[in-house]
Amino acid sequence: MLRSSRLVLWHFWLAFITFAGFIVLGAWQMWARSPLHGGPADPELYYRSVTAHGTMLAYVFPTLIAMGFGYAVSVSALDRPLRGEKLAWIGFALVLVGALMAVLAVAGGNSSVLYTFYPPLTGSPFYYLGVVLIVVGSWFWVGLMVHNMAAWKRDHPGKPVPLAMYGTVANALLWVWTSVGAALVLLFQLLPMTLGWTSTVDAGLARALFSWTLHAIVYFWLFPAYIAYYTLAPRDAGGPLYSDRMGRVAFVLLLVLAMPIGLHHLFADPNVGTGFKFLASVFTAAVVIPTLLTVGGITVSLEIAGRLRGGRGLLGWVRALPWDRPMVLATGLSLVMLGFGGAGGIINMSYTLDSTVHNTQWITGHFHLIFGGAVVIMYFAIAYELWPHLTGHPLHSAKLACVQLWLWTIGMIVVTFPWHAVGLMGQPRRMAYYDWSNPAIAAQGPLVSLSAIGGLILLLSGALLIVILLRSQSGEKAEVGALRYSRALDDAAPLPRALNSLGVWFGLMVALTVVNYGYPIAQSFFLQHNQVPAHSVLIGK
Amino acid sequence: MAEISGTAKLPPSGDKHGEAGERLWVIFVTAVIVLLVAMVVYTSVHWGFHPPSQVETIDSTSLHKGGEFSEANLGTVIAPDGSALVRVVAQQYAFIPNCLVVPAGKPVTFRLASADVVHGFIVQGTNVNAMVVPGYVTTVRTTFRDPGEHLMPCHEFCGIGHQAMWARVRVVEPSSFPTDAAKQKAVNCAS
Repeated sequence: MLRSSRLVLWHFWLAFITFAGFIVLGAWQMWARSPLHGGPADPELYYRSVTAHGTMLAYVFPTLIAMGFGYAVSVSALDRPLRGEKLAWIGFALVLVGALMAVLAVAGGNSSVLYTFYPPLTGSPFYYLGVVLIVVGSWFWVGLMVHNMAAWKRDHPGKPVPLAMYGTVANALLWVWTSVGAALVLLFQLLPMTLGWTSTVDAGLARALFSWTLHAIVYFWLFPAYIAYYTLAPRDAGGPLYSDRMGRVAFVLLLVLAMPIGLHHLFADPNVGTGFKFLASVFTAAVVIPTLLTVGGITVSLEIAGRLRGGRGLLGWVRALPWDRPMVLATGLSLVMLGFGGAGGIINMSYTLDSTVHNTQWITGHFHLIFGGAVVIMYFAIAYELWPHLTGHPLHSAKLACVQLWLWTIGMIVVTFPWHAVGLMGQPRRMAYYDWSNPAIAAQGPLVSLSAIGGLILLLSGALLIVILLRSQSGEKAEVGALRYSRALDDAAPLPRALNSLGVWFGLMVALTVVNYGYPIAQSFFLQHNQVPAHSVLIGK
Repeated sequence: MAEISGTAKLPPSGDKHGEAGERLWVIFVTAVIVLLVAMVVYTSVHWGFHPPSQVETIDSTSLHKGGEFSEANLGTVIAPDGSALVRVVAQQYAFIPNCLVVPAGKPVTFRLASADVVHGFIVQGTNVNAMVVPGYVTTVRTTFRDPGEHLMPCHEFCGIGHQAMWARVRVVEPSSFPTDAAKQKAVNCAS
């Protein structure tokens, strides 16, 4: 059994309960706005639902997975007890209380501002306070990850930090800086306004600060998936990791680049100048590097495993891989979705091409494919990998787990491919209903219905996940051994100091933030007329 | 569940095949980046295409009290050279005017301001797509090649009535354009 298994298990269970509950809302939303619904949905309920779906699945679910997986990595990769476990429980409690506060405020109907906030729209301060607590809870985890790695390094001078832990701490550092943008919006703009201390806000500044968080938060979600690619998938495929060093390079590049490029969310905004948009475009192109490094490195690792298993010829090694193992299957399916999602992403990163797709259903399709698809499927695989080590019971059925992973992939493709298509036709996102009697948009109707059916497939897969996890927790106990990570071909090679620490990379990220965001934020303090009054999302207020 | 295979059969490090593959992959990655940046430079410089980036501010609470976005100025006016200037106010939950008329084949400049919260607009079937942030003026330039009608929805959540915020853009031949527009009187579909 893993050390601190109770702590990790609570994180994963709360995450997956949140997940299973709030994907139902997503599926309902797709249904409600499709021609299948037969008439317009109640917009008030619809936006409540969108706010709850986004808040719980973007802020709560992946944060809990990152935290739980981080603790699991810390105790297993470093092979010692977690330092500060009490603080970890406090962090968990804060996330739980924050999530409850936020979801109750949304359910009450006075906080339908969507998880992206959009000041000068305002909701209930309880909603914003709830989100603040979630973020503060996750900061406890950040501190503990940094502390545990530092303590291990002190006790093992000159030894390389295990890759899984190195990636986890890189992600913790990325997240602590990434979350600052949204925290500033919440603490200095929205809470003062909803508590009646201020009456106006610079909506342009709020958008700049929120984009600080909104892009890199996706990389925060992505990191656990990348860590699993590098440190678990090759081992389960039956081979070594091709290059440990390549993993470190990818992690530090993500740390440096992921956050400062967030400005590309503002390509279509009137409040940012052309020069900064161009800069963001170029840096966003650069963030393709760590992802392609990873795709290359993992594919080569899988090829080595396939050939070790007797695969021959150009692609014979693909067939030879053990696709009946959930981690291997999830990695393969994840890379396919990452390929499609990434191809869409490089269209979004161009500040000219973006104007074809900005804020259309294409964007919703893009991040559901990347996060909901490529990333979340790895969360499932991580859970299947960890469950025996957390519960002492073997996984209920690897076969059923593989069915669940396939269903999720098929569902996600049926949902997101039509979204990309209607996005190209100019369909705006986040609409409670569309007027399907209008001939100008009627052609989009069948595609919207198709995606709603994909939503049902996703619900089936989500339910199956819960069944597998529950079943795996009962029944016979078995000796499951220790959680081990992939060995790398270059494990023995000496490591440059910069690839065994993260301080200098954190500094580079902050410096690049100043370059990209310094002026677009500072301008708010000398522009005139940029302050606008609050507008409560409540009707008639 | 998984076993670690023996090291005996691992390819020796530094083998020719691995290095060639690595080099190919590096070339591929570099080519992707160069292509992406070249695409941005080409489309923005060669086509002169730029998203709205003027960083021009305006008092959102007094749009109706006079000035550029007062009611009489909203709609389309035609300059002596035939180009069109379209002024629009975005507010919960309508664009004013809600049916715009523009000439085909002539440069068109949109200027939009929000009277309340963040809105956005896309002219479907075109590259006209921008945010309208209260306190800032959004300026977008384009040319509509062919006559026809386009939908123009608000594409940023602006409150409970967001889904009802749809306008239209009617593109007409310059010859059949409402004549008032050339007299610097703003026109829309109803003119």
